[in-house]
Amino acid sequence: MSAAVSAVEGRELFRSFGATPALRGASVTVAAGEMLAVMGPSGSGKSTLLHCLAGILVPDRGEVWFGGQRIDTLGEGARSALRRERFGFVFQFGQLVPELTAAENVALPLLLDGTHRRAALAEARPWFGRLGLDGLEDRRSGELSGGEAQRVALARGLVARPEVLFADEPTGSLDSVTGEHVMELLTNATREQGTTVILVTHEPRVAAYAHREVVVRDGLVGHLAAGRAAAQTAGRAEG
Amino acid sequence: MSVPLTLLGLLEREPSHGYDLKRDYDTLFGRDKPLPYGQVYSTLGRLARDGKVAAGDAEPGAGPDRKRYVITDTGVTEFETWLTEPAEPEPHLQTVLFTKVVLALMLGRPAEQYLDAQRAAHLQRMRELTELKRTGELVDALRADHGLFHLEADLRWIDMTAARLGPLAEAVRLEGSR
Repeated sequence: MSAAVSAVEGRELFRSFGATPALRGASVTVAAGEMLAVMGPSGSGKSTLLHCLAGILVPDRGEVWFGGQRIDTLGEGARSALRRERFGFVFQFGQLVPELTAAENVALPLLLDGTHRRAALAEARPWFGRLGLDGLEDRRSGELSGGEAQRVALARGLVARPEVLFADEPTGSLDSVTGEHVMELLTNATREQGTTVILVTHEPRVAAYAHREVVVRDGLVGHLAAGRAAAQTAGRAEG
Repeated sequence: MSVPLTLLGLLEREPSHGYDLKRDYDTLFGRDKPLPYGQVYSTLGRLARDGKVAAGDAEPGAGPDRKRYVITDTGVTEFETWLTEPAEPEPHLQTVLFTKVVLALMLGRPAEQYLDAQRAAHLQRMRELTELKRTGELVDALRADHGLFHLEADLRWIDMTAARLGPLAEAVRLEGSR
């Protein structure tokens, strides 16, 4: 299936951690090939929303759809396969496997998916040139700078040509110049591949790389805040 | 942007014709707003009158662009003074954003909605500047960055204010009832 036909949708998602509600009816739609920034203050529920959309977490209530298929009702095995085969991930701290070389880290999604080692590494190599990482293929994560490690993580997120890239504060651990460089590369690579991107960030300068943004507040997605304000106005007119 | 001082700066580099000054100005500083020829020559005329530049003799040929201008010592001094003096830090405490929020709260109108709309407008402009930065030359990228940092500062203020609308509404109400 090509990336052009897939899209992600969350409908009225609820998710609590113990007694603490993180999502309280959040809805969001992402078009195929779109880069959507999910913004909001700390603790607003934006990462929980991303995890629900990516099939990492299952919502308590509500539905998650991907490419015309409901995925929140799938079993853990099927969701895991979906994440491996069709989604890519980049997190705030690269989370590279320290025992592996940079090239092996990039190849990891392919190796996990059963690609032969040599073929996987051959797929991984061109990413080093693309992301300005030439010569670092055999380094381990401890021997990389923060910006280099995050670019390796980005390559790993994209190497299997996922239909959707989920990025949670991908520049959060970087200084602003390095962070911009990573965003530049992420934007170029995903636009080139037509990858749908869901980008969680609290930084406006990072969100500005996206086509569109939504704001999560108190477990709800932003446009509802405008609706709530409109309701207040209506209440005032009636009262 | 001070056009006379910028032209003085360009002239300190080397004596130039009006046409060259306009071209360099437009390339470096006037991408959104090119300098009209008329303004170049009227500005040079005033600078010459005040002794900050000296006009050479008109060179043979047609058109107005036949004089070379040279910066004088007075001009250099004026330019250096301007260059070394810090510009006045610009944002003033009484902003349009602040005024709108306070009035909205005072009148019981939806301040949160106004802030949301402003946030969306700011982010839209930030997207445009980011695209300019991605596709333009270094000069464009640096100009875009300047705009992006200012917009980001506004956005931080918007978020901070949105988080404090309750107490602010109370303060405005108390102020109003004095």
